[in-house]
Order: sequence, then structure tokens, then C-alpha cells
Amino acid sequence: MSSISIDKEKCKGCGLCVKACPKKVIEISADESNKSGYFVADPVRMQDCIGCTFCALMCPDVCITVEK
Amino acid sequence: MKQLMKGNEAIAEAAIRGGCRAFFGYPITPQNEIPEYCSKRMPEVGGVFIQAESEVSAINMVYGAAGAGARAMTSSSSPGISLKQEGISYICGSELPCLIVNIVRAGPGLGGIQPAQSDYFQAVKGGGHGDYHMLVYGPESVQEAVDIAYDAFDKAEKYRAPVMILGDGMLGQIMEAVEIPPMKDPATFPKKDWVTDGTGIGSNRRIINSLYIEPDALETVNHRLFARYKEMAENETAFECYKTDDAEIVLVAYGTVARICKSAVNMLRANGIKAGLFRPITLYPYPYEVLAKIAAQDSVKSFLAVELSMGQMVEDVRLGVNGKKPVEFFGRTGGAVMSPEDIVKVVMQKEGR
Amino acid sequence: MAVVFEKTKMLTDVNFHYCPGCTHGIAHRLIAEALEELGCEGKAIGIAPVGCAVFAYKYFNCDMQQVAHGRAPAAATGVKRVCPDKVVFVYQGDGDLASIGTAEIIHAAARGENITVIFINNAIYGMTGGQMAPTTLIGQKTTTSPHGRDASVSGNPIKVCELLSTLDGPSYIARCALSDPANVMKAKKAITKGLKNQIEGKGFSLIELLSTCPTNMGITPIAALDYVKNEMTKIFPLGVYKDIDAAQK
Repeated sequence: MSSISIDKEKCKGCGLCVKACPKKVIEISADESNKSGYFVADPVRMQDCIGCTFCALMCPDVCITVEK
Repeated sequence: MKQLMKGNEAIAEAAIRGGCRAFFGYPITPQNEIPEYCSKRMPEVGGVFIQAESEVSAINMVYGAAGAGARAMTSSSSPGISLKQEGISYICGSELPCLIVNIVRAGPGLGGIQPAQSDYFQAVKGGGHGDYHMLVYGPESVQEAVDIAYDAFDKAEKYRAPVMILGDGMLGQIMEAVEIPPMKDPATFPKKDWVTDGTGIGSNRRIINSLYIEPDALETVNHRLFARYKEMAENETAFECYKTDDAEIVLVAYGTVARICKSAVNMLRANGIKAGLFRPITLYPYPYEVLAKIAAQDSVKSFLAVELSMGQMVEDVRLGVNGKKPVEFFGRTGGAVMSPEDIVKVVMQKEGR
Repeated sequence: MAVVFEKTKMLTDVNFHYCPGCTHGIAHRLIAEALEELGCEGKAIGIAPVGCAVFAYKYFNCDMQQVAHGRAPAAATGVKRVCPDKVVFVYQGDGDLASIGTAEIIHAAARGENITVIFINNAIYGMTGGQMAPTTLIGQKTTTSPHGRDASVSGNPIKVCELLSTLDGPSYIARCALSDPANVMKAKKAITKGLKNQIEGKGFSLIELLSTCPTNMGITPIAALDYVKNEMTKIFPLGVYKDIDAAQK
């Protein structure tokens, strides 16, 4: 069981984590935006997370923490 | 004990004894003895010498070293100082102390290698971009240059601004007997809490920077700089009045030209003309107030600014005199230097004799 | 469960000002992590350039100097020579390093200056609005090469790693890409190697990171990564261009 947490106020919704994730855990939310107005990354299929950290490696805003 | 030294070498030794431990420069005539001397001397005192790839790099090495806490200097001559202007503006914006020596040669362009004073505007009015000034000295002798260089870092650090010595080819090349004061002990230098020496972390980390995107923040910085310049004017303004007490004609000159003017003053007095000399030692801050007082003297009929330029400092003379008396100008350029007789002749003609 | 990835202490809490998807943030993280792992807390001095990364001084949790455009290697030289025991890293973009600052970088490299330079090559000027960079690809459209870079007018892209690796001064020169997790991990290794070389007194190192500028490339962040991987690496091949350790083996 692995999981990620996203600091959504730092997220800019760029989608690099979405592309990096081999398990398609993350999607960019279509309705949830942060204070800066960005639609943020959302780990919608957390149960599939394998803790590979690829999302965090690619996140340009260093807003993902990974647990494994 | 006095020793016979070339101006350039004496300035370098005095700066080192005043605490300089980092020299960055690039060859250009007529200041080459400064980097040459430092290349030999810095290793002896545990200092750093680098011949940079350009004047641009040299001044930015000064930026880095001064920002990291060292007493750092560079020297050059006019075309090279032009190249340093970007770095000087950044150094002033980032509030870094350092010493810059300009052994001025004739311009514009590549100009010549003979003495000139045509970098006055660049030095005192701001040669780079933005609102800034430096503490600028125009020494008339090797001894005076030595004394200024020796204390330059104390003043630069006090005001967190560069000190510039504006010399000329004559000052740099002449050999004079000088007394060089003893080596200052770095342990006695005031601590600088703003230096980026690598020890900073978290709330203690330091940033050397001249970028302020918010207009109000940048305006605050500019006001802070100018408050320091005001303090500088109150504390550091230096000048010499030579036989001005009863003078009718007052010559105004700085640097080596002032020495020529002193001879001219004595020759004029021998001819029955009451001449005197006002010599600014600090060119920024300029001693306007003293000049205004002299202009208010009943005895004084007129001023004659004498420079190795087409007339630059004369504008500050006019600001100081402020219309109270006529201000005239006599200059030589291109590296040509006037003799005392030339000055006497100009004054005699003006006096109708 | 244990935390296997979290933000390094060598980055401050300040949010990056970079555009969404800009890889400057990845580069910052890699440098900061390498600094932390090498025990450089309280021992590092960073030099920030002019360009998008001008605010780098806000993000690294160490002493920082912001310097004039292109002059970072000169300023870093001044810092390192008077603080030889500290770790000095330089962060420069392609306009800063490969255009206005060519003299400074070449001579810092030639001197074997014991500093570590991180060179961000995204083939475009970001901060000023997408003008042609010295590394812009032939045919690449920018705001000052609107019909695509034409070599007969603007010359060809400058290959910094190839250029500097001809010098005797550098100890390590490598080009990496921030295009995908595997390459990002390689970049981290290269940056760590560069910093380690400095700590060991081996001299100058430069790590070029092929990077993106989605905003000025006018494509999505993901398409920009693909551009790096598919187009930029053709002109700027990845790899180690100089390594004195490998040469000795």
C-alpha cells in the first residue's frame, strides 16, 4: 500500500505528474481549483499507487510527498 | 620610514595594508603596475590575485568576493573602467564595499595613454545605470593616494559603497617618497553580518541582490542609498584651500593638475596678482558649501576651473559658486598637460595684463 | 508506510514563481537535494543569474548572490577564491551562459575554477518573452525568429558541453534532460557528481540540463517534454562529455 499527498495550494495543474505516473493514479481535476486559480492534480486512483515516486520526480513545484 | 615608490605600486601596497586580500584586474596602460604588483604581493599576504578575462569579469569577481566578505579591489584605466560600469551599478545596487582605482587616460574611445581627467562625469555623476554614487577621491600626490587607499575599505564598509580613486597617468607613473602605514590587523575590522560566506541557512541566510520588482521596495532602497550619501557628504567631504583667504582669482583644480596650479598661484602672486587655489579632494561628495563660502568672499572676483578635459568639473564649480562670481574654464585634452606658465598666461590675459 | 519522497530542507518554503510545467522547479529540487545529501547545509553559496531563474535566491536555503546577466561564473570565482572551503554553485540559463556570458563561462572553465555550474538549456529566452536563444534549434520559431531560426541569418545553436569539453580545466561536463523520470534521476546523479568533484577539489564542472519553456514554446508542458526528448536531444546529445575520473581509470 502506497500513497501520495499533494500540496494543492502549490500545485499549478501542469499535468507532468499525470504523464509520469505508470499506474494512472493522478488526474487534473475538472472542477477543483486552488487559490491561485489552477485546476489541481488529484490522486483519483490512490489504491493503484505503487510508491514509485515518478510523479514527485517530475513535479516542478515540489508539491508531492510519497509514502510507501 | 619613507620609501621611493611608483604611484601605482604605492596605491596597491597601501590597499593591501588597509586589508585588501583580493585583487581582480585586466591589463591596460597606464595602470599595469597595480595588477603586476598585486600578482606578486597577494600570495605573500595570503590574498587572492586573478588576471580576469576582461574588465567586465574582473568587476564581477570583485562583486562576488566583496559579497562573500573579502576586502576586494580592482583597477583599470578609462576604457576598462567604462567596461566595469555595469558591475559598478550592480555593486552599488547590492550595497557592496570595494575599492576601484581609475588611472585615467585620455579619451573618448581608445583615446591615448597620456594623463587626462575626462572621466570625471563618469566617476561622480554615475557612469552606470540607475541612481547611485561612490565615494570618489582625486589625490594630488602619491602620498595622498596612499593615505586614501589605506583607509578606503574602512570607509567603503561604513557606507556599504565603493570607494573610487580617480588618478591619472601622472599619478600612476610618478615616483615619490612616501610613508606607507603599517599593515592593519583584520581582527580589528568591524564584523559584517550581511556577507554570503556560506554559513547562512533558514532565517539566517543572506542574500546579495539588486533586484526589487516592487516599485515601493526599490524606492525604499534608493532612499536608503541616498541617506548614506548624505551622511557621506557630512563626514567625508575633503578639500584644500591654498592661499584663498585674500585671493582675487581662485583657481579650482583636483589631482595632479592642482599641483601645477599651486606653482601657477605662486607665479601669479610674484606678478602681483592675488591668486589662490581651491582643491576638492573628494569629488563625490563635492565640497559645494566651501566653494560657496569662497565665492561669497569680497576679495574674490572670479574663478578659473583648470582641468585635463574639455570642462567637466567646471560644472560642479558653477553649482557651488551658484552665479555669485564668474566661472571660467581652461583645459587641455588628449593627454596634453598644461604648464604653470600656461595657466599664468591665461589668467594674465583675463586680467588684461 | 514510510515517507519515500518529501521536499528537501535545502529548498525554502517559498512557492516557485515559474509557469506551470516549467522544469526550472525540477532543476532546483535536484540541486537542493544533492546539496542536502552531500552535507552542504550551512556551507553552500549559490549564484543566481538574470532570466527566469533570477529569483533562485528566494528558493535555495543557503546564502545566495544575484548577479549581472552572464557574469555568474565571474562572481562565483570571486566567492570561491575567498571562501575556498565552501560549496559554490552557479545557476544559469542559455541566454545568460551561452550568449552574453560566453567569456565568463569559458574562462571559468579554462581556469578549472572549483565551482559547479548548472546550465539550463531550454532553447529560448523565457523571462523576456520567448526570443531566440543561442541554443534555439534551426527552424525553431521564436518571437525574434518568427519564421524559424535560419542559420544563414542567425547562425547555428551553440553546443556548450562539446565546446567546454575541449578545455583542460573542467573535471566533469555532462548533458542530461529533464524530460522523464529516468532522465531526471540521471540528472540528479550528474549534479551530485559535479558538486562532489568540487568538494573533493577536482575543479570546474558543468551539468547542462535540457529543459522546457511551455509558455514561450507555445505548447503544453507535456508536449514540451516530448520536444526536449525528440527534438532537442538530436542537436544536443545526452551524455558525459568530460570526466577526469573516467579518463584516469
